[in-house]
Amino acid sequence: MDEHESHHILSYGTLAAVLAALLVLTVVTIGVSYVDLGFFNVPLALLIASTKATLVLLFFMHLKYEGQVITWSFIGAVLFLAIMITFTFWDVAFRY
Amino acid sequence: MSTRYDTTGIKVGMWIFLYSEIILFGGLFVLYAVYFYRFPEFFVEGGKELNRLFGAANTIVLLISSFTVASSITALQLGKKKLTIGLLAFSLGCGLIFLINKYFEWGAKFHHGIYPNSDKLVEGEPGINIFFGLYYVITGLHGLHVIIGMVLLAISLVMVVKDIITPQRIAMLDNSGLYWHLVDLIWIFVFPLFYLVL
Repeated sequence: MDEHESHHILSYGTLAAVLAALLVLTVVTIGVSYVDLGFFNVPLALLIASTKATLVLLFFMHLKYEGQVITWSFIGAVLFLAIMITFTFWDVAFRY
Repeated sequence: MSTRYDTTGIKVGMWIFLYSEIILFGGLFVLYAVYFYRFPEFFVEGGKELNRLFGAANTIVLLISSFTVASSITALQLGKKKLTIGLLAFSLGCGLIFLINKYFEWGAKFHHGIYPNSDKLVEGEPGINIFFGLYYVITGLHGLHVIIGMVLLAISLVMVVKDIITPQRIAMLDNSGLYWHLVDLIWIFVFPLFYLVL
């Protein structure tokens, strides 16, 4: 029985810092969308979104402090998503 | 015979469910990707029809609500029951603001004849039709998840008030929080893909 579980308590300060970072990244992604970088706009938007998502996952969703089961199963889910997207494109990209 | 309160098991179970949600929305994003590849100019055109102000406001509202939900868990763990309840109530308020924004957004679109199977869409460019089809399906499904998330948070709030959720039995609040963060995660991708298409 682990009553004193390894349940790490995130300080309000840490959470607030994460929120601040997320809001800054939101402003950045909006700003960048006004600049025409041609082909690079979409990957850049996705990169910023992925960074924001990583922050939410690691801190708000506590993933940074979870055990092996959750950490690796999450990586597995992301890998599956990557396969679903990539393999679909190996088909679609050569069709049009 | 004792019933063991398996905190880790409960949490792992929730994460497995979240993976299924990620794949669900992931599949929809694959559709978006394929049709964006097929109709890039029309996706840009469709994106321009969407209101960035609403999109940005909704993004900020959800980010703040994720912060307050995460803070409510910290508050409960520190034994601050009133603060926990206040933060959860605020989070619910954020969800409500999001839904009200969505109501106005969709309303405006309907008013301009842009809705699934409308004449304007069916008789117009297929690229625009598919853009808005994806817009309604993805934001609609997401909106449904906002409602479900709010229900979970509301139940958690009542359970905190009634001392059913305590610092020692926090799994329900934890898991409701995880669901809410997932809702935020999905919107983090929806926002640039629909509102900021260049």
